Amino acid sequence: MRRVCVIGAGITKFMRRAKETGKELSFEAARMALDSAGMELKDIESVAEGTAPDAFDAMHMKAEYLSDGSGAFQKPYTRSYVGGGTGVFLGCHGWWHIASGMFDTCMVIGEEKMSSCFPHPQAAFLTIFDNFTERPLGPNLVWIFALEMNRYMTKHNIKKEDIALVSVKNHGNALDHPSAQLGMKITVDDVLKSETLAYPVQRLDISPTSDGAAAIILCSEEVAKKYTDNPVFIDGVGWHLDTAYWTDRDLYYPKYVEYAARMAYKMARIDNPRKQIDFAEPYDPFDYKELHHMEGLMLCGKGEAPKLTREGVTQRDGALPTCPSGGALGVGNPIAATGVMKLCELFWQLRGEAGRRQIKNNPRTGVAQAWGDLMQVGTVTVMRN
Amino acid sequence: MGVVPVKKVAIVGVGQTSLKPFSPEVSYKELMYEAAVRAYEDVGINPRKDVDSFIGVSEDFWEGTSIFDEYLPDQIGGALRPVCTIGNEGLHGIATAAMQVKTGQFRVVAVESHSKVSEVVSPLSVMSLAFDPILNRPLNFNPHMIAGLEMSRFLYDSGVSREECAKVVAKNRASALKNPNAAYPAKIEVAEIMKSEDSFPPMKKLEMSAPADGALVFVVASEKRAKELTDNPIWIDGIGWMNDTPTLENRDWANARYAALAMKMASKQAGYGAQDVDLFEIDDTYAYKEIQHAGALGICDPLDYQDFEADGWAPVNPSGGSLGCGHLLDATGLLRLAEAVYQLRGTAGPRQIKDANRALVQSWRGVPTTSGAVALLSNDNGGDAR
Repeated sequence: MRRVCVIGAGITKFMRRAKETGKELSFEAARMALDSAGMELKDIESVAEGTAPDAFDAMHMKAEYLSDGSGAFQKPYTRSYVGGGTGVFLGCHGWWHIASGMFDTCMVIGEEKMSSCFPHPQAAFLTIFDNFTERPLGPNLVWIFALEMNRYMTKHNIKKEDIALVSVKNHGNALDHPSAQLGMKITVDDVLKSETLAYPVQRLDISPTSDGAAAIILCSEEVAKKYTDNPVFIDGVGWHLDTAYWTDRDLYYPKYVEYAARMAYKMARIDNPRKQIDFAEPYDPFDYKELHHMEGLMLCGKGEAPKLTREGVTQRDGALPTCPSGGALGVGNPIAATGVMKLCELFWQLRGEAGRRQIKNNPRTGVAQAWGDLMQVGTVTVMRN
Repeated sequence: MGVVPVKKVAIVGVGQTSLKPFSPEVSYKELMYEAAVRAYEDVGINPRKDVDSFIGVSEDFWEGTSIFDEYLPDQIGGALRPVCTIGNEGLHGIATAAMQVKTGQFRVVAVESHSKVSEVVSPLSVMSLAFDPILNRPLNFNPHMIAGLEMSRFLYDSGVSREECAKVVAKNRASALKNPNAAYPAKIEVAEIMKSEDSFPPMKKLEMSAPADGALVFVVASEKRAKELTDNPIWIDGIGWMNDTPTLENRDWANARYAALAMKMASKQAGYGAQDVDLFEIDDTYAYKEIQHAGALGICDPLDYQDFEADGWAPVNPSGGSLGCGHLLDATGLLRLAEAVYQLRGTAGPRQIKDANRALVQSWRGVPTTSGAVALLSNDNGGDAR
């Protein structure tokens, strides 16, 4: 198999309501990624786009609309989507363009503009549920994730205080991210006193809704040599989608994330993730999800993630820095762009270019992961320097 | 990393439902299930064990469900397996499967797409939402008007007559009479079409393909696995896909540049072009599009289309095309591909073309896109001929 390199990354500011159109956001991220790689658009042979539901901006065939902003004019162009998992899945989507030998270069772009859905994008999520069995109940995402969070807490006897530590850490980490929407210093008490939305989910447990875009440049090893001495490699990709009947699942553990991780680890020849992975960017649209996903990624045992968090292991200076970027909670959560932001973070950390966010354990291997649909999909990308 | 790269990729299984203007007797899940069962039975595999990756091709608004990929795995045997959705045309899904197989990490990949358009309350409203929200949508036009305008420009530029477009309708709907799966077979005289009502002048209503319900599933495999699974693999010799500009204001209205560019990409891989194949299954969403696409693909000059047809060295749309079979939204390209597979296998029944060893399949995503894909295929004899 051809080894796939990452040689550039770009990102817009994540914000609640961007004045730019989706095309313009995509352009900005793409331009920055190309500049950072030292490339021009003409050097790009293919484009892999990711953007989650069309319902956010009422754009049918959204990728077609975004195509010129994403640099796909007269280029082979595909769009992938697996709901909230789309962003990190773009690592997989771009990977097969290069690993197949069909292309030597591929620009990967994740874009999301949620603010067009007025007054709040949560309304769009009503349309993700089963037409017959669920929609009549009027569920929303906060509602079903409250069920999952509750199940996770109950199963392992986890305290809300321990989960809140994730929110404190990620909002704090985001203070060092120039693109961040919600970098702030908060305390566990702030989280516990914030408004309850659907018990046990409170306002500061949840990532914001955001607009933004992020991009990475992938290429073959031969091409990478022309542009940099310091490429980062995508050594493993994995994804798994479980049944749509989410009510049949025991929600305490994301088995589909574990399966996706196993697929990626096998490809990357990782047999002991706890030892071989130096840092992680698990998907954290809710604070408990970071913990849930650390367990799914097999970075710790089931129910152990809160303990690691409490002990400071997941801090930037800990043994297993987790969401050093600030994650979806802190940097913001423009769905498909969030996952690519996590891929960007792996790239910058592995190149030693993360500035004030740089982790100090001399990282060699990082893993990014996203999750979505009806608590149903896990997508995983492993990078090495 | 020790994985052997895969050079050749084959289609080893195909399953489809029949196509119908309405299908109230089944849900979209049942349609998908039927196509999937037929495809897996066609090649004799168990999707729970033998398929390494599943790809769906769909768009949320046509489904009436956001992040529709949620509802993909169960009906196609993909629960708790690698499954993803591609938001493009069916042939893009095949291209994605080909790329996955070529990485060497996946031996067998399944591709699904379907249309349940009969349940869409207002297809025109859905299509309208594909237009630029700032520059185009406020003008509040019927989306098919764009096709009428394009046809007008194409006729002006190429010199093709309105009657020649009408002939495409008569031909394709007549071809569909031999296709038991087709939704709109008919014997219509060209004069009758010419006398029929104008919808989006110069386009007649009869020159617009009508929507239909249906589902298709394909099984794609690496060379090694294909030879184990079947005696009759259909090789994907080349596959290309391309986007031109999404803006209406500065595109080329006369020529289908996306089709020409996708063709260039596919023929570079295959090492042969439009002149070397035995049949064509190309996009005819609107009748003029078949002629325009024939020009872009290098089949013949649009002006010579009737001579080329009369000459008959390689038939275009023996299946009946979208005009005869019905338009299947983003599954349309897979329907064209299915006919090519039947023809190259020699199992097309009354439609069988003699000595069909190579085929060209092309798709277009419809108004207002400039997204197209091309696949060049051969059977084992087509390979020997090279």
